[in-house]
Amino acid sequence: MTSATAFWFASRATGVISLVLFSLVAILGILVNRQGRLPGLPRFAVTGLHRNLSLLTVAFLGMHIVTAIVDGYAHIPWLSSVVPFTSGYERFWIGLGAVAVDLFAAVIVTSLLRDRLRPAVWRAVHWFSYVCYPVVVVHSMGAYKDLRSGWLLALTMATVFAVVTAIGYRVLDALAAVPRPGRVPEQLVLAEEVQADKAGSLR
Amino acid sequence: MTAAIRDVVTRDAATAGSEKPKPSGLPRLLPATGQPLELATHLQVHGAIPYRGGPRMLIHTIESAGLTGRGGAAFPTHRKLTAVADQKGAPVVVGNGAEGEPASDKDKMLLWSSPHLVLDGLQLAAETVGARKVHLYVHREPRLVQRLQSALAERATTGLDRLPVSLVTAPPRFLAGEASALASRVEGGPALPRFNPPRMSERGVNGAPTLVQNVETLAQLALISRYGPAWFRAIGTSAEPGSMLTTVQRANGCGEVTETAIGTPIAELLKLAEHPAQAVLVGGYHGAWLTPEQAKHLTLSNADLRPLGAAVGAGVLAALPADRCGLVESARVVQYLASESAGQCGPCLNGLPRIAATLWQLAEHRSAPAARDDLHRWSKLVERRGACHHPDGTVRFLRSALTVFADEVMLHETGRCSAGTYEPFLPIPATSPDHKDDWS
Amino acid sequence: MEERLRVNPILCTGHGLCAELLPEAIQLDEWGYPILSDQPIPNELKKLARRAVTDCPALALMLVRDRSSS
Repeated sequence: MTSATAFWFASRATGVISLVLFSLVAILGILVNRQGRLPGLPRFAVTGLHRNLSLLTVAFLGMHIVTAIVDGYAHIPWLSSVVPFTSGYERFWIGLGAVAVDLFAAVIVTSLLRDRLRPAVWRAVHWFSYVCYPVVVVHSMGAYKDLRSGWLLALTMATVFAVVTAIGYRVLDALAAVPRPGRVPEQLVLAEEVQADKAGSLR
Repeated sequence: MTAAIRDVVTRDAATAGSEKPKPSGLPRLLPATGQPLELATHLQVHGAIPYRGGPRMLIHTIESAGLTGRGGAAFPTHRKLTAVADQKGAPVVVGNGAEGEPASDKDKMLLWSSPHLVLDGLQLAAETVGARKVHLYVHREPRLVQRLQSALAERATTGLDRLPVSLVTAPPRFLAGEASALASRVEGGPALPRFNPPRMSERGVNGAPTLVQNVETLAQLALISRYGPAWFRAIGTSAEPGSMLTTVQRANGCGEVTETAIGTPIAELLKLAEHPAQAVLVGGYHGAWLTPEQAKHLTLSNADLRPLGAAVGAGVLAALPADRCGLVESARVVQYLASESAGQCGPCLNGLPRIAATLWQLAEHRSAPAARDDLHRWSKLVERRGACHHPDGTVRFLRSALTVFADEVMLHETGRCSAGTYEPFLPIPATSPDHKDDWS
Repeated sequence: MEERLRVNPILCTGHGLCAELLPEAIQLDEWGYPILSDQPIPNELKKLARRAVTDCPALALMLVRDRSSS
């Protein structure tokens, strides 16, 4: 059954926008971590974009939650947006949404306070993003059936593909990385080669 | 045998030290016979451990004696003891026997020959600061570890030790004995230095106030607690009293660990008159080269060495014979130091290998014209930009080499060398393929 | 209140953002790692310095308060 209220449409629209924004934020985050750059932009712009888009995501997510609850048809209690699996309507899918909200809120709050926290603490919470993402995708497809067909499905799959590729790249890079103490022999060899190239023939 | 030891322990507990004749002259730390001291003999010679019965009671004695750390930093021991004893919370004591420095053997020798002096010192230090946990940190050398384990077992059964001692092994790395690396390893992690750790006396191993003392310092403490400050001050200088262990390598290739009074002329220790040297290395591989003219007038004391930018350190002295190439020897050392980087900090990880490679090229007559400029620039780039002092020490060694062997450098830049042989002189450990991952 | 920049060299992986934001006080060495000025940060640069600290992806940069210079 569908309700034709403006809130219903707004909730679905802001939900889709939040999903797309979250995907972009995740990809940018991986880019920052891998010391990547966007063409023509300084490095601080990549981090800046990652942070600003995440705050934009907060805004759209906020609107998504508010419109979904204010739309009276579904009778979702306010608390169910943060306490998982307490909604009468679509308990499981909304519940997943609440899980995502909790994880996302932890990431955002710690990031706003990141210069006051111990780096290890901030980093540990930031890893929640990787859990949050699949939860967001599953919640979206479960709660909004229109995502399961047509151009919305195509859009969703495109974002998922992009994020999964970025994560795959991140994982492969991490697996190939040598822990820093182990990089010393590699540096010794590299230095030898560099110096050999520079050497003139003095004999 | 154990019953006999127990008798000595209980009999002497009341009159600890006072009946035993005070050893005069040298050696003090190392056994007079040259043979390692077993527990029974140790107790016969020195008597039972003179426990004071409570914390802090030994501090004044140590202060009067003027004992300073024998691990290299020469920090006044009584101040360390006081700092730890003053903290709230049960302290931890760690005896540091992981000397790391390839040119130094004194800690190994002490632990092998007089383990019970070190272990006595460990117990006394623990009593003084009110510690509840005691560790002994040594390199993973199987025979030494086994010997220490049986020494500890013997002491435990005879009730000599009031606190159990946990033996923690260190990887065979240059940085293993560094304070924060030691703390990390004792906590169960890898022996990697940390950045800006809190003061050890306030928050060390597992957050507890921690006393870290070199094993030689502990052995000296064990002797002072028996024979008193006046006895300790009978040799050495008034500013730097007592004896110290030194590892000397003379120009004829003969090396030994010898106990000497602080303030002994370096020329005497190295027998420079009999075995002349082209240069003298003071302070090990983070120390500095000196010319023979400089060395002739110096005694083994910080009063003489500090003004020259050197230090007594852990008492490592090496005299390079005339037929070797100072540049090649130094290049070997710097290569070793570069390979011993923890690899945690960008400047050290990048800079030290490049410095090593360039120095090697200079040593092998195939350097680029800009070699000296490169070395100068990289030295300034790595200094004080690491979490620990490894790059700083390496640069100190390098700069002294380029100064003392300046003539040799000029020869090499024109493709010549003054050496008679390239046979290695200074000890550089061979490394296995797994070595790069071995930090625990 | 005097504030100086300090970097944790173990956490630092050479992202280089800090040098972009505050070239007056931070240069990059030939390997991409920051060389920090040891002078106190002038008032007009404090805001940028704080941003560099917050933006460092490795959280390796710090602003420390000094009672005196060494």
